[in-house]
Amino acid sequence: MEQKELRELEAKCIQEEPPGCTTNCPVHVDARGLIEALNNKDFKKGYNLFQQTVPFPRIISRICDQPCRKGCKRKEIDESININALERFIVDNIEPPPVKNLPVRAKAEKIAVIGGGLSGLTVAYELVRKGYNIVIFEATEVLGGSIRDIPENVLPRQAIEDDFAPIKNNSLINIRLNTLVGNHRDAETTFDNICNEFDVVYLGVGTREIDSLELGLECDSNGNLKVDPVTLATSHPKVFAGGSLYLGNDNKSPINSIYQGKKAAISIDRLMQKTSLTSNREREGPYPTTLYTSLKGVKPEKQVPMSDSGKGYSIEEALQEANRCLLCECLECVKVCEFLAHYRSYPKRYVREVYNNLSIVMGIHHANKMINSCSLCGLCEEVCPNNLNMGQIIHEARKEMVRRGKMPPSAHDFALRDMEFSTGEKFVLNRHQPGFRTSKGVFFPGCQLSGSSPQHVSGIYRYLCEKISGGVGLSLGCCGAPALWSGREELFKENLKTLEKNWVELGKPKIITGCPTCYRVFKDWLPQIDVETIWTALDEVGLPETDVSRTAPKRLAVHDACTTRQEAELHNSIRNILRKLGHTIVELDTSCQTTECCGFGGLMMFANRDLAKQVVDRRIQEAEEDYLAYCAMCRDNFVKQGKRTYHLLDLIFGVDSEEQKAPDFSQRRENRARCKQTLLKEIWGEDMVEETSKIKLIITDEIRELLEDRMILVDDLKQVIEHAETTGNRLKNMETGRYIAYYKPAVVTYWVEYTPQEGGFLIHNAYSHRLEIS
Amino acid sequence: MYKEANQQISIICDKCNLKLTPGQVTLSYLGSSFPVELYKCAQCGLVYIPEELARGKMDQVEKALEDK
Repeated sequence: MEQKELRELEAKCIQEEPPGCTTNCPVHVDARGLIEALNNKDFKKGYNLFQQTVPFPRIISRICDQPCRKGCKRKEIDESININALERFIVDNIEPPPVKNLPVRAKAEKIAVIGGGLSGLTVAYELVRKGYNIVIFEATEVLGGSIRDIPENVLPRQAIEDDFAPIKNNSLINIRLNTLVGNHRDAETTFDNICNEFDVVYLGVGTREIDSLELGLECDSNGNLKVDPVTLATSHPKVFAGGSLYLGNDNKSPINSIYQGKKAAISIDRLMQKTSLTSNREREGPYPTTLYTSLKGVKPEKQVPMSDSGKGYSIEEALQEANRCLLCECLECVKVCEFLAHYRSYPKRYVREVYNNLSIVMGIHHANKMINSCSLCGLCEEVCPNNLNMGQIIHEARKEMVRRGKMPPSAHDFALRDMEFSTGEKFVLNRHQPGFRTSKGVFFPGCQLSGSSPQHVSGIYRYLCEKISGGVGLSLGCCGAPALWSGREELFKENLKTLEKNWVELGKPKIITGCPTCYRVFKDWLPQIDVETIWTALDEVGLPETDVSRTAPKRLAVHDACTTRQEAELHNSIRNILRKLGHTIVELDTSCQTTECCGFGGLMMFANRDLAKQVVDRRIQEAEEDYLAYCAMCRDNFVKQGKRTYHLLDLIFGVDSEEQKAPDFSQRRENRARCKQTLLKEIWGEDMVEETSKIKLIITDEIRELLEDRMILVDDLKQVIEHAETTGNRLKNMETGRYIAYYKPAVVTYWVEYTPQEGGFLIHNAYSHRLEIS
Repeated sequence: MYKEANQQISIICDKCNLKLTPGQVTLSYLGSSFPVELYKCAQCGLVYIPEELARGKMDQVEKALEDK
């Protein structure tokens, strides 16, 4: 991943964008942060956040015209938050900490501020903090300008005095009251002289008629002073102008006056520093936010009324009103994805973590496990306002890790060995239907359906042979998804070549898959092949008869397979078949295009077993009803964690027993091998030489579960015991009388504790490690 | 590194019929190797790695080496 790409991807995640209240406020008050502090009853923090952007908190908390409320999400369903009342509550209910005049080194430059209104005083406030010498020229006998016209009961004079005290008490600021500036004869100080004497002049003279001052500054055709909207520069290179003079009489806005003061202060400082006045100022002032916040599930609530408007909100009222705030954020993907939630962050940060992890040359790759824990299901892309697909980024990272030899071997080794089995002699088969030399279609059940329900594979194959004229071939094998998901590009491509070769050998027939993931792999990676699932095929040709009694019609919640989220036709067929069988369909909140993964996708359950279990737990709690799945892994993963789940083929062909049990990894392999043997015998009348191991094991259910959890196969145990019994290399625990043996068939060393007894070896325990003993 | 507590264990090498005693063993993974003291058969060298060690400290070391 290149830096540029990283930035583009990061930019797609808008979680860190400020909310509408902040972006609509010209000075970007962090209203959300302030309200969050209020929720936590941390009034001091709330005050500090307010004061960070507003130099005169007591004044603004009483008279702000609140452009923030235009950007409040609440407004879309009821009323905006009464932000100003909450600001006032905070200001009124703490002892404001004294404003610290930070020691700065005084600069030589002198700035004249003409007009002691809000904008001028803001210029003084901002620039004095940088060490400039300020002289404020005020025509009247008091500072404040037009805010002095506001009645005392709305804006107490004490609030004004308190807010202006830091300016009055600052030794770098010289205030000259009763000093009218202009170039006409009444002026005590002439504008031209001030321009000569000072390095920069800020003109913030309120709404006085500018012409009469005869300042010699350029005006527009309406007689208004010409001011650059970005920098507030005038035609005079040393003079900036703002405040009500610029906003006009009808647009008086206290918060905008402050904004103008801040803007002018930035320009003045840049002019003094001899840097660009215009660069990088796009995000000054109000702008529309790009933060997305869902209103799903938010109940309308009216603004909390004030019992005493003169006093403002009481603490109870303020907390109640604060509680209405949605504390806007996006997190759409995190809300629906256990994986994204698990690592306690969001894609913008995750993208950076993935990038950093790939950039490490020497040191610990902390994000390896995170990278290998994603199901690559793509749900994040579906729910993201900007369609950011974390899965794609993670998949690229996995491929890169494999290329550089930095992929932890333990993450996917087990799944890849399982794939090796499914692409090996014991399972692979590629044939025309008996009596046919060509195939109209070929059934590709996939390794997981065969590993889970070999009887259904046989059933559906026979039915397809009966229904589709022209011959239906059979192709047993693996689509290569484990290689694809684990980032093994070479292995995956090699497998694709085999799949294509088999297809060509059968005369390029249409492929009918029994597994949604196989379907996806064929569709994405072998686009020259015509492919469909058994579901669309069955929906078209009708359902088979069955000897076994089918499950009685019931309400079923449909869990769509995550690898087929874009397949609307398939989703329809699934539901059509369910209706034909008489079942009532319950739709989960996240279904079809926004369905969730069962924990198998992306090999999550191999790389992060605990997380995959949490994923399943969350999914199976989404509805009371029994679930319906059409991927064998989804069914088995849900059943394993106690959710009654039917595979659609269970409902079509019926099941011998309503008791549900998911096969373990060893049984899956046995089932695949048996699937091939049975089909060869029953369809083609061929007997396979069955390999029978001399070693018979006795394994309790408890030990089976332990083996499953530790990803140890029964075959692995057999190899250890066979090795121990033939070489005599075994230990014995004299207390328990049990034998202990170890063996490393390939890369993993397996340990078994066992007791030989009549009928086989009783297994007591098994574990493994990858460190080699030498 | 993996030194077991110096307690007596009741595990014998079945082949040599000898009680296991602490001895030097080298463990290696992904190009790193380190000597450790484990119970082993002084005669044939058969080693004993208890479950707690395999699934505890050794697992941690494996993960750490994989993330290097």
